[in-house]
Amino acid sequence: MAERIRTKLTEGLQPQTLDIVDDSAKHAGHAGHRPGGETHFDVMVVAAAFTGQSRVARQRLVYRLLADELRDGVHALALTTQTPEEAAQGSR
Amino acid sequence: MTDVNDQIKSELETNPVVLFMKGTPVFPQCGFSAAVVQVLTHLGVKFKGVNVLEDPSLREGIKRFSDWPTIPQLYVKGEFVGGCDIVREMFTSGELQTLLDDKGVVYTPAA
Repeated sequence: MAERIRTKLTEGLQPQTLDIVDDSAKHAGHAGHRPGGETHFDVMVVAAAFTGQSRVARQRLVYRLLADELRDGVHALALTTQTPEEAAQGSR
Repeated sequence: MTDVNDQIKSELETNPVVLFMKGTPVFPQCGFSAAVVQVLTHLGVKFKGVNVLEDPSLREGIKRFSDWPTIPQLYVKGEFVGGCDIVREMFTSGELQTLLDDKGVVYTPAA
């Protein structure tokens, strides 16, 4: 699943940085967790495509690219979305 | 379908700050919902928590309403603010406080 997410976001956003962490183990026993994991992901994307976009617009963009994955068992995504400029400043 | 939209609109019209969440403010049933409750509580914001786990049609309806696929969802004066990541980022940067001020929401941060 992490690879599917990586492929979709790489194609859709041409990110400068893309970090995907499978957080599923931390959610064992919690609603939405399934044996085998791959349900909870922490995703950090730095992409020029976010420039000039509000936080809501940026996350909508990511959610839209991952619509299939969200339907197929990804229960939770923690998203950090930055433009290259913001990442360089290390803020936001 | 229409009923759900009416229900959502009525919640948003009646309450200045509404959080659609999993569980209740006292017993959140999801870490992301709990995180938003924590931010709002820390700021001393009065809000209405709507438990989407009690109603499957509401759980799907709110996602369609906002075109946002996840829960929690925070609304201030009827306007969608964002989910957990956005609320946390905005709280840390002070933008959430500015938004509440701009919208005329009265709140009392814990000293």
